[in-house]
Amino acid sequence: MIAARTLHPGNASGEPVRLSAPLSFWGGTDKQGRIVDAHHPQCGTILTGRVLVMESGRGSSSASSVLAEQIRAHTAPAAIILARPDTIIALGALVAHELYGLATPVIVVERPGYDDLPTDRLLHIDADPLAATISW
Amino acid sequence: MDNLRLTAEEERMLGGQDGDGVALAMRVIVSLARVEAAPRLVEITSAHVDSCLYHGQVSLDFAHRLVDLGAKVRVPTTLNVGSMDLLHPGLIRTGTETEREIARSGRELMSAYVDLGCTPTWTCAPYQLPNRPGLGEHVAWAESNAIVFANSVLGARTDRYGDFLDICAAITGRAPYSGLQTIDARRGTVVFDCRSLGERFLRSDLAYPLLGHHVGSLVGSEIPVLVGIPEDVSEDDLKAFGAAAASAGGVAMFHVVGVTPEAPTGSLDHLPRHDIDLETMRITRRRLSTIASGGLDAVSVGTPHASYAECERLAQLLSHGRPLKLPFYLSTGRATRARAEETGVLRTIEAAGVTVVVDTCTYVTSILSPAWKNVMTNSGKWAHYAPGNINVDVVLGSLEECVASARAAQVVLEELGG
Repeated sequence: MIAARTLHPGNASGEPVRLSAPLSFWGGTDKQGRIVDAHHPQCGTILTGRVLVMESGRGSSSASSVLAEQIRAHTAPAAIILARPDTIIALGALVAHELYGLATPVIVVERPGYDDLPTDRLLHIDADPLAATISW
Repeated sequence: MDNLRLTAEEERMLGGQDGDGVALAMRVIVSLARVEAAPRLVEITSAHVDSCLYHGQVSLDFAHRLVDLGAKVRVPTTLNVGSMDLLHPGLIRTGTETEREIARSGRELMSAYVDLGCTPTWTCAPYQLPNRPGLGEHVAWAESNAIVFANSVLGARTDRYGDFLDICAAITGRAPYSGLQTIDARRGTVVFDCRSLGERFLRSDLAYPLLGHHVGSLVGSEIPVLVGIPEDVSEDDLKAFGAAAASAGGVAMFHVVGVTPEAPTGSLDHLPRHDIDLETMRITRRRLSTIASGGLDAVSVGTPHASYAECERLAQLLSHGRPLKLPFYLSTGRATRARAEETGVLRTIEAAGVTVVVDTCTYVTSILSPAWKNVMTNSGKWAHYAPGNINVDVVLGSLEECVASARAAQVVLEELGG
């Protein structure tokens, strides 16, 4: 179990999917939660219901809307673990929570903890407003 | 952990004294301030809102929630482009169910933002409007090209705001005091020496989208400092540079020595340095273009929205010479269009066969025919996004090359710097 910083609170469990490059939800994922950015090495991967592990988001601020829309449609990741804070992603989770009452945790684990997260076991995220933990 | 300090008035807003709409907006501002570890909020004098572009049901749900809760903006607030050209709605295709939904919901969303008290400017270039902010003013602007222009050319201070946060800042009159709101974050971090590009190239309009794309691709979200740019470089050129740098990287501020208000005046020796030569610019043009020659289907200029000076320049180019053989689109703000109508510039442009689009842009909504595959543009930003957004191949040229190509119905390019 390791400690993390909460950007948006919530509890979730899921199979991790670790991205090797940053991803913009806008232009980079479709409504079904699939990576569609042709330049992304993991293009075609489905993020729905999984614990998305990526260093940070990338690009357009419209990514907030796309993430919130996926949370509304239940096609978003179950949780998002980042290596550094990303306001655009945090905002997408916050708005979906305000509008639909759906809490998708977004947390930050700085390096080297980020690099040590397992990729082959279920991750459990427990994020309250002040602190978060990841266990497996 | 939590160092955020709020004023008594901000606490009251958060507590709902000014209504539930203000309280919701303040919860968003405060949450983001905590993510960014801001010590406090800052009062803003204006906002520019990009949330009026439709991205799905959540866009409408958020705007309607704010309207239903009685929220109103408390600072002057301009609106970015929407999904519709409200003056020429027939330009937007509605052949498929998705297109009809976007047209219907896009219009509803635009209307909701007007209900919140925003001014229906519908332009991505709010810096072309009167009453733009001045040096040192704190503002909350969204839309990456507007952000980089406000910070760099006007010297106003805005961080990178986007969907949801922009309207919440307008409603509360506050933004997190973090990022480019703070003076320390505004210093240049990397130098680009443009002197070897030569006067001739640096006085061509094509130089600036190319420079912007090249610099943006290299620096990500750092703050570039340009050296060697002519001191009388136009705002339109700086607009083109910033828009391309913001879309290729995440550039939210740049300096041009001798030109922009916060540019460094002392030694730059402590910063990493890159030299840019013409060969790099040739490579950049090839990289930004997905086709290099051959037949064309259409031309689109005016991204970000064409200024009045750019409309005048297009009218000059079109006032003599052969007729256009291709569909030719110019995107601009409705205020600029109105001025061009008064002065006769619009008549010249339209008489030559150009379709003038306002309130939106040709790469964010369904305007171009899906049958058109090869499109030329003078915009680095359009070239960057259009292939992914509307599934076209692009070639980048100067305004003059765009006109020449539209007359020939095929790509006509001059040798760079030749």
